[in-house]
Amino acid sequence: MSNMKLFDPYLSRVLYIDLTRKRYWVENREDIFEEYMGGVGVATKLLQEELPRNADTLGAENVIVFAVGPFNGVYPIASKTVAMFKSPLTGNLGESHAGGRSSIAIRMAGYGAIVIKGASDIPIYLAIHGEKVHFKDARALWGVRSTYTIGRVLREREPGSGYRTIMRIGRAGEELVRFASVVVDSYRHFGRLGLGAVMGSKKLKAIVISGKRTIPIPNKPKYREIYNKIYKAAIESPAMKKYHDYGTPVNVLQLNALGALPTKNLMTTKFEGAEEISGEKLAETKLARRVACAHCVVACIHIAAIREEYPHEKFFYTVRYVSYDYEPIYANGSMLGISDSEGLIRVLEEIEVQGLDAMSTGVVLAWATEAYMRGLISKEDTLLDLKWGDWKNYIQAIRYIVKQPNEFYKTLALGVEEAAKKYGGLEFALSFGRNEMPGYHTGPGCHLGWLIGARHSHLDNAGYSLDQKLLSKGLPTPEEYIDSLMKEEAWRQVLTSLVICLFARGIYKPDIVAEALNATGYEYKVDDILNIGWKIYKNKYKLKLELGFDPLKLRIPRRVLEVPTPHGGISEEYMKRAITYFSQKIKKFLES
Amino acid sequence: MRRLVVTDPELCVGCMSCMFACSRRFGVAGLAKSAIYVRSIGGVERGFTVIVCRACKDPPCVVVCPTNALRKRKGGGVIFDCGKCIGCGNCVEACPFGAVQWDFEENKPVICVHCGYCVNYCPHGVLAIEEVGE
Ligand code: SF4
Ligand code: SF4
Repeated sequence: MSNMKLFDPYLSRVLYIDLTRKRYWVENREDIFEEYMGGVGVATKLLQEELPRNADTLGAENVIVFAVGPFNGVYPIASKTVAMFKSPLTGNLGESHAGGRSSIAIRMAGYGAIVIKGASDIPIYLAIHGEKVHFKDARALWGVRSTYTIGRVLREREPGSGYRTIMRIGRAGEELVRFASVVVDSYRHFGRLGLGAVMGSKKLKAIVISGKRTIPIPNKPKYREIYNKIYKAAIESPAMKKYHDYGTPVNVLQLNALGALPTKNLMTTKFEGAEEISGEKLAETKLARRVACAHCVVACIHIAAIREEYPHEKFFYTVRYVSYDYEPIYANGSMLGISDSEGLIRVLEEIEVQGLDAMSTGVVLAWATEAYMRGLISKEDTLLDLKWGDWKNYIQAIRYIVKQPNEFYKTLALGVEEAAKKYGGLEFALSFGRNEMPGYHTGPGCHLGWLIGARHSHLDNAGYSLDQKLLSKGLPTPEEYIDSLMKEEAWRQVLTSLVICLFARGIYKPDIVAEALNATGYEYKVDDILNIGWKIYKNKYKLKLELGFDPLKLRIPRRVLEVPTPHGGISEEYMKRAITYFSQKIKKFLES
Repeated sequence: MRRLVVTDPELCVGCMSCMFACSRRFGVAGLAKSAIYVRSIGGVERGFTVIVCRACKDPPCVVVCPTNALRKRKGGGVIFDCGKCIGCGNCVEACPFGAVQWDFEENKPVICVHCGYCVNYCPHGVLAIEEVGE
């Protein structure tokens, strides 16, 4: 393992871009790509090298790293790019993953990672076509209302159709909304933790990347054999079929039946309108097309059509498209009490137009609605009535979050934690480590997972899934629960360094990963891979603590302890014991 | 003889699985050696177009090749002789479908041989192999 050489010399090339000086250079970083493979492992390392720990998240000193890994462009469903940065929402480590064509485009352009530093004086966009990097004037694109328009303009203006990715921010990123997203190609996102605001602060409106090349393979027959094995498993897996048929919204009815679907700011866990916004119903009434990320056979992306007649022009229709997924449906459907599927899709459209994170947006609005109902804020603040189910007003509120016409919306644009600190209602402000909550109230595991996960995301360690598996058995001790969450998170560092889509985690088991790596020239055994996972986990947590994270200071929103889950009520003592145990364990782990 | 046909591009989800398969014929990964090309029709919401050799009976690319590197194939399409090809790119220009892809690493065209390898990797039934006689 020690004298291993990468078989693809292009994977270890890191493209550094300095927006302040408008210069770029390439360095060969075989050292880190050999040790950490790629993706999250490499991005963490690069961020550790480049990021001043006290950097202003919206200042020139913040750094964005994009990274892909050895499986992108090589194996099926390895379709993700990892982005890491310091999050303007949490002030801590930011990590977000996106699909579309991004990972293929970066690898085909001849890079394993891209590091973006500094800030431009004028709005620009980056056009990276293979070896060439262009800094292009984006002054005319700045302020354009919709991310759809930006996508369309760049599609026509830049070469590389079919082999490229187009990442762009919307008005939300320009206005530094702390939960602004980056829209990737059509309908994928670096959604969480505010990468859009970081790009906005750097005056970086968009990034286009394209390329086409061969990735050499040392063991060709073996490669084809293991490829076929993975491919077959993917197309035969029932989980994959489910995601192809209904997409992620297949979870709406399942979670609702369990009593685990956060509804109306988690005042309850069953939504009377669940049927209307379910994957099944949307497939029947709204679905227009299903598409896939590059090199993914599942094609889980579901796109709805809005067909609308012009009010003053009979027989004249606009047909517009919006993608939908489980998390946006939870955050803006059940959480906001919207059961009108047409209304919900329009809310999602506005979020896409503005370039916001759909999850944070919904959770922020859900808090605002409850705070408004309780009289903590008034119409002078909100400028309109916030009422469960009133999607028209929610669309207007979304515009206000971006435009920030008064003190209230300025605060809302900082995230739910800041808003509740200022206006009250912290006990029902649903954020974990300052990141707004994902769509599960399955038991203590999901909440613990978000509290201790390195990016406070449901994808860190899948507590929500463990909760559901434990339903028949009952809960383990808090210590045992933490142990299994940490173990899962360590393994996910491997998967997100390769970089596969986590939907395929059931296929990419450790022995398959080892075999697939071997065929492409990595001499790792299963144990080596597991060790790499723990090493990355350690690096990440080290960085997290250096950025000021303290598990003992975590806030558990009162609301999650009050509302019963399928496991019954969550006891505060259970949670406290778990977190204390975690904080000791992580300390020891970092010292080891 | 057999030829590759695109049965219904409306079913295409743009996964590029066929493109990766075509390069994998040679045991390599990536996309540089792929004869088949899928791109959106101006945004994925409008669907995809699948561009590949149509096995013309009277192929225009043959006529413009100055070195006879392309000759007619029985059953339609062309057979490519790499040793004769000087990389002029005339064939790319001549194909009205834009079905001649370019391998920038070799500076040579990539021509579909109608082997059908990609068909096995289209999970959505967009591609098929058809018997066409001589
Ligand atoms: S038939 Fe063969 S050569 Fe033609 S596109 Fe498919 S895999 Fe490539
Ligand atoms: S494999 Fe099939 S669905 Fe995928 S891009 Fe090719 S033709 Fe389209």
